[in-house]
Amino acid sequence: MLYLELFFQGIVQGSIYALIALGLTLVYGLLRILHVAHAALFTLGGYLGVIITNATGSFLLATAVAMIVVGFVGIAVYKLAYEPLLSKPPFISLIASIALFIASEEIFRIIFGPYGLSYTNPPMQGYFELFGGFFLKYGEALVIALSVVMLVILGWFAAATRLGVSWRATVTDPDMARAFGINTQNVRYMNFFIGSALAAAAGVFVAMLNNLVEPSMGSVASYKALAIIVLGGLGSIRGTLIAAMAIGIIESFGTIYIGHLLDRDALAFAFLIVVLMIRPQGLLGAK
Amino acid sequence: MAYEITLITTMAISILFALSLNFITGFCGQISLGHAAFMGVGAYTSAVMLKAGFPFLFTIPFAGTFAGLLGILVGFASLRVRHDFLAITTMGVVFLFVGLVRQQEFLGGEIGISGIRGSPFGRIGFMYICLGLAAVFAMFSLAVKRSWMGYVFASIADNEDISRVLGIDVSKYKLIAFVVGTSTAGIAGALYTQHFRFVGPDSFGFVESVTVLAMVIVGGIGSVWGVAVAAAFLSVMPLLFQFVNDFKILVYGGLLFCMMRWAPDGLAGIVSRWIKRLRSTS
Repeated sequence: MLYLELFFQGIVQGSIYALIALGLTLVYGLLRILHVAHAALFTLGGYLGVIITNATGSFLLATAVAMIVVGFVGIAVYKLAYEPLLSKPPFISLIASIALFIASEEIFRIIFGPYGLSYTNPPMQGYFELFGGFFLKYGEALVIALSVVMLVILGWFAAATRLGVSWRATVTDPDMARAFGINTQNVRYMNFFIGSALAAAAGVFVAMLNNLVEPSMGSVASYKALAIIVLGGLGSIRGTLIAAMAIGIIESFGTIYIGHLLDRDALAFAFLIVVLMIRPQGLLGAK
Repeated sequence: MAYEITLITTMAISILFALSLNFITGFCGQISLGHAAFMGVGAYTSAVMLKAGFPFLFTIPFAGTFAGLLGILVGFASLRVRHDFLAITTMGVVFLFVGLVRQQEFLGGEIGISGIRGSPFGRIGFMYICLGLAAVFAMFSLAVKRSWMGYVFASIADNEDISRVLGIDVSKYKLIAFVVGTSTAGIAGALYTQHFRFVGPDSFGFVESVTVLAMVIVGGIGSVWGVAVAAAFLSVMPLLFQFVNDFKILVYGGLLFCMMRWAPDGLAGIVSRWIKRLRSTS
């Protein structure tokens, strides 16, 4: 029973990691930038979710608005921070991104206060009783369900729409895509919009599960999401999804069995270092 | 006077720490996002030994050795992975370090080690030790930079594959850079312990690693003078201006971002452009 519960905890956590890490993979796949500031958008999503839910009482409306607003903020981040740095060596944009992220944490602290916000009426309390004393909270079920729905929509979008095809073409070969008349600039905007919107959704979900948003909620998520995309092989979407689930499950079991040796948040990195030493290109990366 | 001594000591320790990272990132071009972990290893080594009753100067070589041993391990990792992968691996090292230390009873766990006895040389004597070590390492860095080894490092930083084609033993020099840089960071850690007389897991985390990287980048990657000036300035800025202390992270983050956005070659780059312009007009 304990195993099953730990497994489900891992899946829930893994879904959230997947939503965050997917945006990072999309950005890396297109622009070769390690987008650390992505986690600031995740935090912003959480704040918007709580504030809008408290104001309107509708959790789903809050999720949708947070995703759209943060999507546009993501485009703004690209315009302001990354576009001017594209021709510089890659570590420049990495450090700029880290700088942007740690500064944004402080900005959240100044705007929203250091103690964090909670829901006045926490949504999705209550739980299913599945079998033999095994409970699944509504919130957790919703996270898994919505994550799957979003990923399926994304998969359909990339495979079956004109925009999606032009997007994949640009990721594969930007010059060739441009030669075929694809507006690669729009593809980049779309990329940041989608990735940021998914991160915002993850932020709203985390805020719901913990009933708390705080300025520093992005820090652990950001570094762990980096570990996940590196583990998945940088830029590989399938690898990222697998790595997110693997880290979620490893953490949930590891906390119980080796938690006395190693902090929960260090587990992902221990796993990452071990994998990289054996397979430097990540789990599913191309050589 | 005591205040000035604290300022200068803090400055000297930061200069030593920043120059040690400059050796790896600036000279040899290997990015490290986890340099605070090595300072942490040195600081904890020194703290445990001081608590056990060993004299301070005796702990310094041990602090350097243990940090250097970890540095060799990470250096080997840098032979396996490159660029973005290396950045994330070194980031992992600092999270692992903090995660491990937090759970160890004998290292004080979350609370850290406090009540470390003061320096036997007095505060002024200790300040001179810190200044001396920083100066010695700065001289050493300058000497290395101008020697053949400096050119080898520069060539590896510039293009690893071409260096290998030219017959340079890239792995060997990367390891040398890591060992020198990390053991110096360990020594800076021992000084840190003696200066603050307290060590805790949160003093050597990711933010501290980024802070020291900020010193190197603001100073100008690879420039010994630039990095020393930036480290001196950035380390005492929070102590001098209350505003900066309240929003330390915002100021560091903002400064680092603006630097990357408009002047990625740092202070050294700004100064050298400035000199060039003066010469061309005169």
